[in-house]
Amino acid sequence: MKHKKVNYSKWGYIFILPFFVCFFIFSFIPLLDTIRYSFYEYYRSGLKEIGPTFIGLENYKSLLQSDMLKYAANTFILWIIGFIPQIVIALLLASWFVDARMKIRGKQFFKVVIYLPNLIMASAFAMLFFAIFAKTGPINGILESIGVIQKPIDFMRTTLGTRSLIGIMNFLMWFGNTTIMLMAAIMGISPDIFEASELDGCNSRQRFFRITLPLIRPILAYTLITSIIGGLQMYDVPQILTNGQGSPDRTSMTLIMFLNSHLKSRNYGMAGALSVYLFIVSAILCFIVYRMLNPKEESR
Amino acid sequence: MDTNKKPSHARIIFAYILLIILTFLCLFFFYILVVNATRSHSQLLRGFSALPGGYFLKNFMNVANDGTFPMIRGLVNSLIVSGCSAAICTYFSALTAYGLYAYDFKLKKAAFTFIMAILVMPTQVTAMGFLRLITKMGMYDSLLPLIIPSIASPAVFYFMYSYLQSSLPLSLVEAARIDGCREFGTFNRIVLPIMKPAIAVQAIFTFVGSWNNYFVPALIIQSKDKMTVPILIATLRGADYMNQDLGKVYMMIFVAIIPIVVIYLLLSKYIIAGVTLGGVKE
Amino acid sequence: MKKRLVSAFLVAAMAMGTLAGCGGGNGGSDSDTQGGGSASSSDEGKIINIYCFNDELKTRVNAVYSKVDKVSDDGSTTYLTDGTEIHWVQNPNQDGVYQQKLDEALGNQATASDDDKVDMFVAEVDYITKYTDAEIDVAIPLEELGINPDTDLADQYEFTKTIGSDINGVQRATTWQCCPGLLVYRRDIAQDVFGTDDPEAIGEKTKDWDTLAATAEELKAKGYYVLSSYADTFRLYSNAIPEAWVSSGSTTVRVDQKLLDWVNDSKEWLDAGYFDPSVSGQWNSDWYTAMAPESKVFSFLFPAWGIDTQIKENCPDEGLWGVTTPPQTFNWGGTFVLGARGSDDEEHIKEIMLELTADSDNLVKISQDYLDFTNTVTEMDKAAEDDANFSSSYLGGQNPFAYYAPAAKEVKMAPLSTYDQGCVELFQNAFGDYLQGTIDYDKAKENFETAILERYPDLTDVQWPE
Repeated sequence: MKHKKVNYSKWGYIFILPFFVCFFIFSFIPLLDTIRYSFYEYYRSGLKEIGPTFIGLENYKSLLQSDMLKYAANTFILWIIGFIPQIVIALLLASWFVDARMKIRGKQFFKVVIYLPNLIMASAFAMLFFAIFAKTGPINGILESIGVIQKPIDFMRTTLGTRSLIGIMNFLMWFGNTTIMLMAAIMGISPDIFEASELDGCNSRQRFFRITLPLIRPILAYTLITSIIGGLQMYDVPQILTNGQGSPDRTSMTLIMFLNSHLKSRNYGMAGALSVYLFIVSAILCFIVYRMLNPKEESR
Repeated sequence: MDTNKKPSHARIIFAYILLIILTFLCLFFFYILVVNATRSHSQLLRGFSALPGGYFLKNFMNVANDGTFPMIRGLVNSLIVSGCSAAICTYFSALTAYGLYAYDFKLKKAAFTFIMAILVMPTQVTAMGFLRLITKMGMYDSLLPLIIPSIASPAVFYFMYSYLQSSLPLSLVEAARIDGCREFGTFNRIVLPIMKPAIAVQAIFTFVGSWNNYFVPALIIQSKDKMTVPILIATLRGADYMNQDLGKVYMMIFVAIIPIVVIYLLLSKYIIAGVTLGGVKE
Repeated sequence: MKKRLVSAFLVAAMAMGTLAGCGGGNGGSDSDTQGGGSASSSDEGKIINIYCFNDELKTRVNAVYSKVDKVSDDGSTTYLTDGTEIHWVQNPNQDGVYQQKLDEALGNQATASDDDKVDMFVAEVDYITKYTDAEIDVAIPLEELGINPDTDLADQYEFTKTIGSDINGVQRATTWQCCPGLLVYRRDIAQDVFGTDDPEAIGEKTKDWDTLAATAEELKAKGYYVLSSYADTFRLYSNAIPEAWVSSGSTTVRVDQKLLDWVNDSKEWLDAGYFDPSVSGQWNSDWYTAMAPESKVFSFLFPAWGIDTQIKENCPDEGLWGVTTPPQTFNWGGTFVLGARGSDDEEHIKEIMLELTADSDNLVKISQDYLDFTNTVTEMDKAAEDDANFSSSYLGGQNPFAYYAPAAKEVKMAPLSTYDQGCVELFQNAFGDYLQGTIDYDKAKENFETAILERYPDLTDVQWPE
């Protein structure tokens, strides 16, 4: 019997091997490369290659002096504008969809529809938004004809307008995805618990906050973490909506747009250092979230 | 069913209003896209219209007959890449999750922590190194580097792991062993079917993500016959700003989303049923 | 912090080795244009790879190159009568993909197999200096190919030769087109406001900035806008700067007074209501809409390609537009062809360059078929007189060459630098925010500084005129 046990642990290694081999080759080696170059001055000017010259932490220092923190703040604001409605609506929808007493006609239809926006390419979606919210676009037309505004609003020229548009787009693209996830989580809660709570006289609000929310914590953590990573990686939508400039006044410039402008100028050193910062920040954020939502690994 | 705690009418009405607004928003963009795809360039410039125009066929022919623009080829490439990615991503993530869940071994905890740590790594961070590596391995300008790396998808793994925790009693694995199942057999014949709902959800997510990915393919793909749909659209929009035909652009976007909408609608029943049946218990 | 230039360049150093032997302007046989060190045979290669960002060059080569036999169905390969194939490698300009891929390929030039090497590529004026740089040497000087710019290209406009030359005056790029800009105006609006649509009469009203401002006032009184936006006038100012944005060897961006003039004038005109408020920038749908027949915008500033590909595209009705003198001469765009160092098809490169950019019959054909204003002084002067063959029904029967030809002679190109593309783009962007009233003047300056130093890490500071 002892023999068998050894065998089993061998299988564990075999099963996780492909993942690790693949990760090692396609992510880890490139990651090391990135980290290494972050300590070098290494970029292209025109076609000339400058460096690589070892400069220690110089790149990290000059990034701190640059507008990086401002871009980080932009990214955070853009993310939160989209995320708050996303999580609230998703929780609401998920709890309605799984609540047997909530008799909504066409539930099936709604469930299918909410995920649809996620199917459109972010860039195409941004293009449509651009057309719809243009000065001569339909939104301004409607607002003008019902007399809400006198002159067309140039959404893309105001900070609030651009940020809201980006937020709305992110919300629309991702709330369906989140709803499906949360639905899966809530369905997993044993009906016995709900029944018991009912006997104890819980109303639906109490039930939601006292029972549903705590019980779906792991998936909530998953949603939060993936959303934070997604938010940090926000790129296509603001890039296309603002033509890569983060206009107006660079208030929609996100970290990855910043990173991309370094990649574009082939500034490997600076891009490397920025990547390392990004990695550290996302790791810290996710650790906090993970800890917050899983105070102690409790099984079931 | 007990009826004493029926939700109030106000709540139901609120729910309907919200759902209808959301549905409107979701479908509105598809509608605009379809309308725009049926209008000619000059019509599009004359401003927005809620009614479709008569140029659907003409725009479609423009896209389909553009010799420099291999639409069919692009769709096939995208289908291959997204299909393969979704398949191997879900399979190997499930395998990894099962490996970590069902077996006890020394590095188990370390491996799990490690995957959780790399979960947060943004793709762009490694993009430059990735490109250099791919070039060195001779896989530049091929579809393989778009597919193979999806074996290691920490996020999908995490989802699968949570799912296994809730829906796979280890006793089932023991029972299979006693019945003489080999380890791989157990996984393929017993574990995989149980994981179907989770696989369905993640398969569609991966498929869509891969279908719409522009960043990595733009770095790696060079030749026309290997381009995926998002690169083709960028090519169409960017290469010829000298004679930009917006009708054609919208048509291409329209053509590009048809396959995933169809696939999604076909699978949606199964996905949503799967999710609601199985559920991720914790 | 002193920036060091560690490796002068990737390709050049190695490629130089193989080609060092073949200076001079001998247009000799296939074999003696090849240096001795080429890895494979000394014959001309069988595949010519041409990197481009649209099909402009392709259509013109297919139309005029005498050796073209047939074109593949998908257009990606052109077969020549001598069995050679031209492979067109087309990448989008969007997000700088074209230059990125080209740079990558040029970087691998030394190690790539002969059939994969870049043989020719195109570059636009905005970034051509990056590729004509003498030190980097990725583009073969025309003399080395056996083209003598002084005799073979004698009929070309002088400023196109200046653009195609490196800092030592060695010409490395040539073009078939020439892009002097004109003021393209709406005839119906002219009739309505001025009672005439005659180009000469209108030209009197647009000949310089002050006159144009007065004209704008007249137009405004009738509810029209003289131009669509301040972005349209930018090229005219930026073309006139006496010094390059960044002079050679310096790491300082010097913003010329002319550019601040653009900001101030634009602000004035914008506040006065001369521009269409619904348009901001170019290449977007608002801009295209301003070209449509329903628009209230009187004129655009465009070279020949602008009429053909922008205005016509958005306003297909014939006879609605005319051309006349712009307030200031300017050149906008122009696609140059370059031979790539390390190519094994030098003989073909030479032939294509000569037939495409120096053969007057071919150039006339291109002018007639594609409406380019082509790079031949004598023929264009003739065309200016030849109303029978060159008048355009789209322009209401007007012969636009009568305006292009003199304009082309007056074009003075601002000195170029490698950083122009970024400077132009980021300057307009930063001050666009100011003009739209989002930020104040000093903030715009600051934003430009931040953006330009981010884009080009080797630049150190920005100097503003007093």
